[in-house]
Amino acid sequence: MRHLVGSVPQTCPGPSSHLSPLSSAGRQNYDLLVIGGGSGGLACAKEAAQLGKKVAVVDYVEPSPRGTRWGLGGTCVNVGCIPKKLMHQAALLGGMVRDAPHYGWALQPVPHDWTTMAEAVQNHVKSLNWGHRVQLQDRKVTYFNIKASFVDAHMVCGVSKGRKETLLSAEHIVIATGGRPRYPTHIEGALEYGITSDDLFWLKESPGKTLVVGASYVALECAGFLTGLGLDTTVMIRSIPLRGFDQQMSSLVTEYMASQGTRFLRGCTPSRVQRLPDGQLQVTWEDPSSGKEDTGTFNTVLWAIGRIPETRSLNLEKAGVHTSPTSQKILVDAQETTSVPHIYAIGDVAEGRPELTPTAIMAGKLLAQRLCGQSSDVMDYENVPTTVFTPLEYGCVGLSEEEAVARHGEEHVEVYHAYYKPLEFTVAERDASQCYIKMVCLRKPPQLVLGLHFLGPNAGEVTQGFALGIKCGASYAQVMRTVGIHPTCAEEVAKLRISKRSGLDPTVTGC
Amino acid sequence: IKGNRVMIFSKSYCPHSARVKDLFSSLGVECNILELDQVDDGANVQEVLSEITNQRTVPNIFVNKVHMGGCDRTFQAHQSGLLQKLLQEDSAYEYDLIVIGGGSGGLACAQEAAILGKKVMVLDFVVPTPQGTSWGLGGTCVNVGCVPKKLMHQAALLGQELKDARKFGWEYSHQVKHNWETMIEAIQNHIGSLNWGYRLSLREKAVTYVNSYGEFVEHHKIKATNRKGQETYYTARKFVLATGQRPRYLGIPGDKEYCITSDDLFSLPYCPGKTLVVGASYVALECGGFLAGIGLDVTIMVRSILLRGFDQEMAEKVGSYMEQHGVKFLRKFVPVMVQQLEKGSPGKLKVVAKSTEGPETIEEIYNTVLLAIGRASCTRKIGLEKIGVKVNEKSGKIPVNDVEQTNVPYVYAVGDILEGKLELTPIAIQAGKLLARRLFAGSLEKCDYVNVPTTVFTPLEYGWCGLSEEKAIEVHRKENLEVYHTFFWPLEWTVAGRDNNTCYAKIICNKFDNDRVIGFHILGPNAGEITQGFAAAMKCGLTKQQLDDTIGIHPTCGEVFTTLEITKSSGLDITQKGC
Repeated sequence: MRHLVGSVPQTCPGPSSHLSPLSSAGRQNYDLLVIGGGSGGLACAKEAAQLGKKVAVVDYVEPSPRGTRWGLGGTCVNVGCIPKKLMHQAALLGGMVRDAPHYGWALQPVPHDWTTMAEAVQNHVKSLNWGHRVQLQDRKVTYFNIKASFVDAHMVCGVSKGRKETLLSAEHIVIATGGRPRYPTHIEGALEYGITSDDLFWLKESPGKTLVVGASYVALECAGFLTGLGLDTTVMIRSIPLRGFDQQMSSLVTEYMASQGTRFLRGCTPSRVQRLPDGQLQVTWEDPSSGKEDTGTFNTVLWAIGRIPETRSLNLEKAGVHTSPTSQKILVDAQETTSVPHIYAIGDVAEGRPELTPTAIMAGKLLAQRLCGQSSDVMDYENVPTTVFTPLEYGCVGLSEEEAVARHGEEHVEVYHAYYKPLEFTVAERDASQCYIKMVCLRKPPQLVLGLHFLGPNAGEVTQGFALGIKCGASYAQVMRTVGIHPTCAEEVAKLRISKRSGLDPTVTGC
Repeated sequence: IKGNRVMIFSKSYCPHSARVKDLFSSLGVECNILELDQVDDGANVQEVLSEITNQRTVPNIFVNKVHMGGCDRTFQAHQSGLLQKLLQEDSAYEYDLIVIGGGSGGLACAQEAAILGKKVMVLDFVVPTPQGTSWGLGGTCVNVGCVPKKLMHQAALLGQELKDARKFGWEYSHQVKHNWETMIEAIQNHIGSLNWGYRLSLREKAVTYVNSYGEFVEHHKIKATNRKGQETYYTARKFVLATGQRPRYLGIPGDKEYCITSDDLFSLPYCPGKTLVVGASYVALECGGFLAGIGLDVTIMVRSILLRGFDQEMAEKVGSYMEQHGVKFLRKFVPVMVQQLEKGSPGKLKVVAKSTEGPETIEEIYNTVLLAIGRASCTRKIGLEKIGVKVNEKSGKIPVNDVEQTNVPYVYAVGDILEGKLELTPIAIQAGKLLARRLFAGSLEKCDYVNVPTTVFTPLEYGWCGLSEEKAIEVHRKENLEVYHTFFWPLEWTVAGRDNNTCYAKIICNKFDNDRVIGFHILGPNAGEITQGFAAAMKCGLTKQQLDDTIGIHPTCGEVFTTLEITKSSGLDITQKGC
């Protein structure tokens, strides 16, 4: 670890010792201290440093209960978007391997080797870790690999892996510690035998037959690519999949997954996990509708039941930072300021924010610009586009149909929709029953677009541009006046003619 | 009275006449109006009218030769429905509309007109290529254009994906070979189903489809000649020309005898083998690209520049990616002779080519020579001279006004044969539909040819919307523009070990119009899917600020446009170092 100009390692005060309030400016070693080296924290730190501030980032990955740990960059890079999309891509490639013979490539079905994939993915992630280190160095941001907790409102104590302590103080402090997967608390064996997404991407060996518990997008994405890689995969869902997303879309997502071989256990809750003598895991679950108990054996149990913010070890109360009693997330205002005026929170740890990398990055950048007096722009959290990388990708921006109806009333909402068949599916003889698009608009002309929902290949790429359109206040008429690019899936968005209200058939007829 | 569906004898100052004109225009019905106060023999006409109709006053209205009466009688007839009934009976001609050409634009126009209750005929006839290739209903896009092209492009992409797949853990050791016949059969089956779908759709909408070659013989009258040479004549009140284009030949010895074009390639029953593609059009680059992608030895012979009319920086990047992936380019050469050395499927052809810059000639042997040097409009042999429709002598294209009307008022044109318009399926469809609505439903909406997005499906796809950098400089002057650009590395390419600093994104902004985005260019995978939404945003007046304010979708390629920071004018390095 590098020690830096101005930062004098000190011993953290013990719990009982009382540190007098910082009175001299000399004690404040940094202009800005960022706790958490994920997407949001790094973006904020780099931007502030570029604008001439003296900045430090502290980052520390507490090993998962399975002992998995990783480098700088936070969830997205290490145990989120990046490895997830790469494993999704591996699964998609499996589909392409199956398509290829239809297009003339003489290829027999081929098996998948987890180790090869995992190594390639992990190497890429490691190169990104390294890249982040280099970027911090280039921008003269001081990086500490220490676990931080507040001593008071201006001072943070960090403990290194070797139990060495460092005291850091700063004028402004940004909390960007993110979140970690949650384990169930009352299920026997859950913690001992289960893994989470924190472990999955770093497994050296194939997880084998897997039970994924949860209905979050993490659960569905993981189950989707595991199935795609040829593993026997079951998803256990207590109530509804993809809560908060458009429910019609979410049921099409799971319908497609089921058609690709993912098993679903609906309305079930696990009650215990036991390890059998042969090393397999026996899971017992309850089906409340029948009141019956059932069991199954798996090689791996993956919990994807939600995430908890990393606020507990921060000693927030010492700084006077308030958290939500229900979510434990940090309460912030529109400027990302916490209950303490010079302490801010961005990203997944902040209450009411979308848990998305690009929003954290933008929020971090804008915050740094405001702190440096460069701008007064605050982050706009409306109309944030996102994509769920399930086997059939689901991209969305704006309101779900339910939300639009709730806000505007059913009589004021017009929904245009269509099923479509991607050209590439035809020759490959793929089923396109779930390729579906829906645009939620205000009914009154010019029919402002409230939300767009796209289910199909490359949904992320398709959705990005339309997200801009919605940002620019696109109306239904403007989207319809956009000429299509032929032959693409995206052009179907510009051809949505059938309203739900009309009752006309939105399915593809013949060709 | 005889030649017009609705004839109004009117006086320009008469308020009753104005009411009647408004009524017909609200019904979307075109009227021929004679202002008796503005013509020399107006008084005589009124005299004659009074003799035949016993009505001296104006307006005096005829609908399909039936005397309607004056203003009040016309409005009564409108209320009782009699007027509408009379309007439908168009006894003067057999059809309300005959569309010549059953491609994307023609079919869209015909179907829309039929939906609006009109009696419509479509004439479609595919003249076989010199090699004898012909195809079914649907025109270029479906049969010998976008559809088979994109599918072969997909076949080539899959070849690349198969290589990637190993890196992602899919285990196979053997070299995977490509089978041309399997691909052609699958693609042709799909096209067959599309042809059938069009037939069905025309039948459902009660559009009369005649598989004959249409040619004007006199005003409002067309001769249709079928495969057996049988001739039939049809008349219609309005005509839409949608005959499209066909590939051009070089006019050198051996070209028509031995060369093929894109009209032949997509149904070629045998693998073309070592191929020379002549031309630098997007057709040339796309075909050369996918042929190389499925493992063939491909050379592209280019006379001057790649993708004329496209952004040249992008065009060169498209070409250099192809070059790095096995396509050979012969720049500044033109073929002068093609000679057959051996017959066969494929045979062997000797091509002699000459430098455009000097006396140098080269010769080389290929299995197949594919000409993709441009397309010629099918407007010369359809009797347009008989009815006086103006055709651009040089290009063969048809000049039209902003409502797709030719110089002959009842003759309209859509699609690739329009002068100064775009040769794209979706624009032809849009133009055809809107034309039908204007002609038969009183719509006023015109086809908007501005900011039309498109994508070239070369091995690395190139999508764009708006202006090329050259055009932007020409229109707005360089000092008024700011160009933002960057290379990017798709996440999927990292693990696959594919080229960094190859995919490229660029936007051109007008500094003096709020940094509005006037040009959008992307070179990378799924360029078409990415470009579409941005085109919609450009319709809504997209600015750089809005791009910056929009949150990216992570990890995608499209998100690169939300974080463009480096301007070209800054000269800063845009290569991505390390990660």
